[in-house]
Amino acid sequence: MLPASNAPASYSPDAMELNDLYRDVILDHNRKPRNFGGLEPADASVEGFNPLCGDRLTVRLQMKDDKISDIRFEGQGCAISTASASLMTEAVKGKTRDDALRLFDRVHQLLTDDGAPPAEELGKLAALSGVREFPARVKCASLCWHTLASALKSAHPQSLPAVSTE
Amino acid sequence: MQNVALADQPVTFDVNALRRQFPVLSRMVRGKPLAYLDNGASAQRPDAVINAVDDYERHHHANIHRGVHTLSQEATGMYEAARDRLADFIHARSRHEVIFVRGTTEAINLVAQSYARPQLKPGDEVLITHLEHHANIVPWQMVCEQTGATLIVAPIDSRGEVHEDAVTALMSPRTRLFACAHVSNALGTVLPVKRLMAAAKARGITTLIDGAQAVPHMHVDVQELGCDFYAFSGHKMFGPTGVGVLYGREQLLERMPPWQGGGDMILTVTFAKTTYNSLPYKFEAGTPNISGGIGLGAAADFLLDLDRDAAHAHETALLDHATAVLSKIPDLHIVGTARDKASLVSFTVTGVHPHDLGTILDEDGIAIRTGHHCAMPVMDYFKLPATARASFAFYNTFEEIDRLAAGVERARKLFA
Repeated sequence: MLPASNAPASYSPDAMELNDLYRDVILDHNRKPRNFGGLEPADASVEGFNPLCGDRLTVRLQMKDDKISDIRFEGQGCAISTASASLMTEAVKGKTRDDALRLFDRVHQLLTDDGAPPAEELGKLAALSGVREFPARVKCASLCWHTLASALKSAHPQSLPAVSTE
Repeated sequence: MQNVALADQPVTFDVNALRRQFPVLSRMVRGKPLAYLDNGASAQRPDAVINAVDDYERHHHANIHRGVHTLSQEATGMYEAARDRLADFIHARSRHEVIFVRGTTEAINLVAQSYARPQLKPGDEVLITHLEHHANIVPWQMVCEQTGATLIVAPIDSRGEVHEDAVTALMSPRTRLFACAHVSNALGTVLPVKRLMAAAKARGITTLIDGAQAVPHMHVDVQELGCDFYAFSGHKMFGPTGVGVLYGREQLLERMPPWQGGGDMILTVTFAKTTYNSLPYKFEAGTPNISGGIGLGAAADFLLDLDRDAAHAHETALLDHATAVLSKIPDLHIVGTARDKASLVSFTVTGVHPHDLGTILDEDGIAIRTGHHCAMPVMDYFKLPATARASFAFYNTFEEIDRLAAGVERARKLFA
């Protein structure tokens, strides 16, 4: 999005869109992130890092019968990245590996595709829809999901904690 | 540039007249007048630079140093005239000491690979400081890996200052090269470079100054500083991107092998033997960024014509004002409180991540930098992942700083 100097005002997000980005759900999950902290033992532990802004978070999960039986995250990041990770952990707990990855696709669509109506299965994650008006911030919201996808790939139930870096 | 003031009359610095010479400063961003406070990342260009590049592109472009036709001669003349202006700008002894490069990063890599690499041996040391930009860390790490030399890092203190005695304590008989910033991009600290250069010189240590953040703010005289190398970028001094300068003492440059081979850097080529061109062309292989060099010459002219004492006084007043209004904001912490500081403020706000702050300020048309500022070791020292940085130029105003403070307050309330 590169508005020319004479671009019409409507081309830029307005204050309403800023409120749309920082919705109450986002602010709440930033202030009080859910499932925040360590997880011992973990079937997978993966650190995600966004070198552009310095956001860094670790996603740890436990698997049982191909389902995410527990998931926690910790690290430091902006409000979008923290809230997105918090919402993600709530959304994928109890889901199968495939269902979690399908949800990642839906979230990715929500963050990047202007025409996409929020899928019903997104639930509270739909609060992230404001992010797509701020292309520079899409990476903040998707970092935790990329980290989760990587953790799901490396997760082997009942094995020792596997640590890798994306 | 000495300003002539009449009978003790204070010099008036007409910031609005100056702003009119920078077209982008009058644009709107998100419905608000742009407040461009990200000059440390890249400064804006005045008409003088834009027009110089435009004139060259429209009327004079051809390849340089290789044609007998009119355009080539004109382009060569303009490019070499720019080199002369830059030699004046930094007070080099000779135009042979001004090498056009892509920017500060390339200049430092050139010195690391062409000067340092052939002579560094295992056990030798390269000394830098803790507040360097990655561009003044990684090239030295690379050459140390290649040669078995060791990188030594001089400490900073909690203000973000570099102390002469802390640096000289680390200068040993094995120190071959000392490289430091003139001004810290992340903290604003102005280093005591003149004293540091003298200390290094007394010990026979070769010196390089990363001047990227200094040239936009102060008059730089490489002879007075006493450095062996001085590197800076065009786009931080109101010139184009993709062009910069490596100044080197002629005696050292003469002894250095070329860094890159190709056209323009040779006198004769046979498959048996190539004779290298003389300075500065020995280090300028291939067709350079001709329009960029010409634009940079215009930027140097612009700064030479500017009343730099008055500009500096204005920038200092901006820094004082920003420090005062930002300090009043609860939970705001200024990072980098050196007593000698260039016109920038790095800060954090408890409860507000810099990245969110950047987005919220952008909504108000205010451009700042957020992140680690390519100085991760500085962030590690202060145990911060990132800061927000407002960096000023002489064209900024007090009103813009007040808008910054209001925007920070707004963000703080949103996240409270």
